[in-house]
Amino acid sequence: MSPVSQQARFAAAVQDPTRPVPDGVVSYRGDADPLRFAVYRNNVHVGLVGVLASKFPVCARLVGDDFFTAMARIYVADHKPATPVMMSYGADFPDFIASFDNARSVPYLADIARLEEAWAIAYNAADQEPLVIAQLAGLEPHSLLETQLHAHPACSLIISTFPVGTIWSAHQTSGITVRPGAETVLLTRPQADVQVTVIPAADAAFLARLLRGEAIGAAAAAVLETHASFDLAQALTGLCALGAFSSSREG
Amino acid sequence: MPANHLPARAGLGLKPQHYAQIIETAPDIGFFEVHAENYMGDGGPPHRYLTAIAERYPISLHGVGLSIGGEGPLDTAHLTRLRALIDRYQPQSFSEHLAWSSHDESALNDLLPLPYTQATLDTVVAHIDQVQQVLGRRMLLENPSTYVLFAESTIDEVDFLATIAQRTGCGLLLDVNNVMVSAVNHQTDAASYINRFPVEAVGEIHLAGYDEAEDAVGDRLLIDAHASRVSADVFDLFRHTLSRTGPMPTLVEWDNNVPSFDILADEARLADEAIGQASSQIQRRAS
Repeated sequence: MSPVSQQARFAAAVQDPTRPVPDGVVSYRGDADPLRFAVYRNNVHVGLVGVLASKFPVCARLVGDDFFTAMARIYVADHKPATPVMMSYGADFPDFIASFDNARSVPYLADIARLEEAWAIAYNAADQEPLVIAQLAGLEPHSLLETQLHAHPACSLIISTFPVGTIWSAHQTSGITVRPGAETVLLTRPQADVQVTVIPAADAAFLARLLRGEAIGAAAAAVLETHASFDLAQALTGLCALGAFSSSREG
Repeated sequence: MPANHLPARAGLGLKPQHYAQIIETAPDIGFFEVHAENYMGDGGPPHRYLTAIAERYPISLHGVGLSIGGEGPLDTAHLTRLRALIDRYQPQSFSEHLAWSSHDESALNDLLPLPYTQATLDTVVAHIDQVQQVLGRRMLLENPSTYVLFAESTIDEVDFLATIAQRTGCGLLLDVNNVMVSAVNHQTDAASYINRFPVEAVGEIHLAGYDEAEDAVGDRLLIDAHASRVSADVFDLFRHTLSRTGPMPTLVEWDNNVPSFDILADEARLADEAIGQASSQIQRRAS
């Protein structure tokens, strides 16, 4: 076996269109036919671009298929899937978009991509009963404030300076008007299907602290400093109803 | 232990956009085949629907990412994921490809070809022994569609597959569209490939549509696209195959530009008719 194996050379040439057809890879005539080898290159690239297009459909509609495909091809060229499980491919595509100069004219694109990545995570997340508010109702007020809540596997929070929840919704159903302004969006899967909900900024700040491990009392106190109208009972009830948590731990 | 408990009927690939219609209308389809890698998430709608459909239909689990033809060791994490799926759904069949799709810890997301030599044969045999041991069952190995050949190959593809089946005890999945694609691409005879194929090892047939292209000198180059109806020449080759194998579980693959379920069901009906004719021919021969 040569130091660089036959499959290593094949793999390198499949991923780099500037490389020649590897030695010993031939047509039935015995020649190295670049168009035949290009079928494999095309399958690999088109396949991965297709994975991104099906995971980030709203992004593709926002910039058009041609722009999306060109952008995705650049990402695919230096992001190889770590496993054959393609549902996990493209987890850092939103970060790539954020740093992609040509996408600057659509400044909310990266946050829409974060929302779509979170949607895919929620769609495939483990099946778990969400924590219901009744499970907290029996606690003494002091214990409740010391309690930590654990995120449900489907739960993600997207905090954006753009109205990303409304933009995303406008691509699911007609008749939605997008108005400028920041939005905080919660993704959950309380029962069968993924839910995308725009939640108040104060509730989002509260949830972000809970997801970092802060107890309910400490998180609420911190949020009240910046959001005087924050209503702890209402926020907890709403977040539980949306399926944000899977369990609680009394402090 | 048989490699396959699928009925000798036409089956279809299960697509998420058809989940609800299949549950609601209970179409008369012989079995559904799923790509294993699409069900390797932890939970959610894919598992909920597959559970419901597996209660109503036989299931064929078809892997596309195990890289059995890879030079390096098999990905044991991936094998563990496959084992978990098999334990959960108890599919009537598990199949994978004579191809490689991962290299140096990254996945290439395509089924890539390998040279046919004594060394690659020994590697594939060892990999299949390992797969069958870990999964606790026989598997089916699918013949590839290829666009290139390897100067170093010394073994004919049919002999390569037959020897693997003999040495490992695995069954074979005979993809008739792949036979046509490779035969046209390498200017060999598709019917004689079928005639030499070890039919006693065949546990399932695949059908699909191909795309037409040309290579650098203008020779006809078929692409295994899975994006259209089964072409007439492949369907004729399928009838010829059935005359050798007898009635076989037969999957119609349509993975890109997926049409409405009704069009897929119509393709399955055509395949079922051919399987039925093969069955009655065999009965006539026997009487």
